[in-house]
Amino acid sequence: MTDRESRFRAPSVPRDAIPLAIAGMVAALLVALTCAGVLWQVREALVATKNHAGWMDALLIVIGVLPLALFIPATRGLQLAIAARRALWRKDLINARVLTSHSNSSSWFSLGYAVFALIVAALVWFIIANNVAVGTTFFNLPLIFDSFGLVARAFLTNVLIFTIAEVLILIWALIVAVARMIPGQAGQPIRLLSTIYTDAFRGLPSIITIYLIGFGLPLTGLTAPLEEFLTRTFGLQDFSVIWAIIALTLTYGAYVAEVYRAGIDSIHPSQTMAARSLGLSFGQTMRFVIIPQAVRRIIPPLLNDFIGLQKDTALVAVIGTIDAFNQAKILASNRFNLSTVTTVAFLFIAITIPQARWVDRLLERDAKRTRGAK
Amino acid sequence: MSFLEIRNVVKKYDETVTVLKGINLNVEEHQVVCLIGPSGCGKSTLLRCINGLEDITGGEIRINDDRVSGAGVDVNRLRRDVGIVFQSFNLFPHMSVLDNITLAPRQVLKLSKRDAAARGMELLKRVKLEQKAKSFPDQLSGGQQQRVAIARALAMEPMVMLLDEITSALDPELVAEVLDLVRELASEGMTMLLATHEMGFAREVSSKVAFLFEGVVHEEGPPERIFGDPTEERTRGFLKKIIEAGRM
Repeated sequence: MTDRESRFRAPSVPRDAIPLAIAGMVAALLVALTCAGVLWQVREALVATKNHAGWMDALLIVIGVLPLALFIPATRGLQLAIAARRALWRKDLINARVLTSHSNSSSWFSLGYAVFALIVAALVWFIIANNVAVGTTFFNLPLIFDSFGLVARAFLTNVLIFTIAEVLILIWALIVAVARMIPGQAGQPIRLLSTIYTDAFRGLPSIITIYLIGFGLPLTGLTAPLEEFLTRTFGLQDFSVIWAIIALTLTYGAYVAEVYRAGIDSIHPSQTMAARSLGLSFGQTMRFVIIPQAVRRIIPPLLNDFIGLQKDTALVAVIGTIDAFNQAKILASNRFNLSTVTTVAFLFIAITIPQARWVDRLLERDAKRTRGAK
Repeated sequence: MSFLEIRNVVKKYDETVTVLKGINLNVEEHQVVCLIGPSGCGKSTLLRCINGLEDITGGEIRINDDRVSGAGVDVNRLRRDVGIVFQSFNLFPHMSVLDNITLAPRQVLKLSKRDAAARGMELLKRVKLEQKAKSFPDQLSGGQQQRVAIARALAMEPMVMLLDEITSALDPELVAEVLDLVRELASEGMTMLLATHEMGFAREVSSKVAFLFEGVVHEEGPPERIFGDPTEERTRGFLKKIIEAGRM
């Protein structure tokens, strides 16, 4: 009992915040010096490559001033730490604890951004090191601007492939997923077929599927009537896009079928029971009750697979389709410079980000609609 | 011949667990029969077997002298005539209240959208929720959701309603609004079979009470006798516990 009482009579004394605050200050100083050094080297590189212009100095100075903002939280951390120590001398324990907590928070904030700034500085240094070797290899701006039109146009092939494939996958994967859940003994062969398909195409590397379908199918001659038909009706000469779409649909159809299945499984069986109890058939229950709810839940993982698919459209280069990557490779080997491939990299990232934000918005809106206030 | 005949019904899960061990029970038209008994005695299972949500292992169930259990029964057809309401409402959360009610009439009875909506609004008026037609289930209280669930079952114009502990998941102050609705249905002559823990309500509303224990109907009779002067030891023990819990 006495032990318990004594513990309550000895409130915790905060740990001194000054060492951390000094660390924050030192980090801010280090960042300021590093950034100044790196920016000076950037200027030298610009002068050496004869890209230098007066406005660039102004820009570099502005960029150089930015890291100085780190001194704001660092100074605040130090001030608060000193105030905390004074409060402790006055035996004002509660205030000392509050001030220490605020001081630590400020110091960690400046330390965190110091790490961030150092990483950025390291990347910039990496690009300009060795006479701007990385810069000229990957970021040759004149080449990027010159080739952008060609690469972007070729990127439309990627967009075409994944747009058509995505529509086909949404339908095909749903069929496969529902086939795998058909109830009863009579449904067994269909369930078995669906399982075998999913296992096979999830296991096959997509590059191999594309290769086998893109090169193999035309070799068998079995596709000749189809090719003839396409040439006659649409004037199509290059069929590799078609094979690519088929191969990617088969591969990603297997993944997305599993996503659908997980979504359908996640809907509580009581929903099926309620729907069936009203006299709805298995198909009607799926269509009106289960799938609409499942689809809402699987949108995030579905986007994951679709982004995977979009990136995998770069694999069609192996069957000779002139997509963005293939085009960029051709340009890269003509000019002995990889900057065109950097363009492709940026294009892929640039299409992914808006999709992610759009899905977030979609889910938020749906949640508001069905769960809004009374 | 009774309207609903349950003859020696056996239900096993995985060969090892026997939930129903030979249930016999008759329900006449316009009767309200209450199933009472401790949890796990098979009340819910029995109700689910009647409209084919569970297959029975032995015995048979007849409605209007037509066998509705076993192979060859069109369960979708059967379920139009046998409505069921569940303990946990089980409304469709992605649909508005009105769509919840009109889905089955439109898809199963092939009613036009307008006719189904008219019938749905009529039912909503009846359960006093016509202002909530466009709301979603998650925006309603438990009692309101359960009233919608009852309206949804009624929309199929069933011959018999099965109510599976429909007030057990509700806050006490919401129980009355649901029970009032059931009372109204009973007075209109709806044939009902309900599993319940509301003994006072069972006593008041039912024509017959059946006490289920360990998968058999242990005792059945008019409510006055079952609640007032039960003959079986088990029934007495069960009712004593209910009184001790302050539920009667």
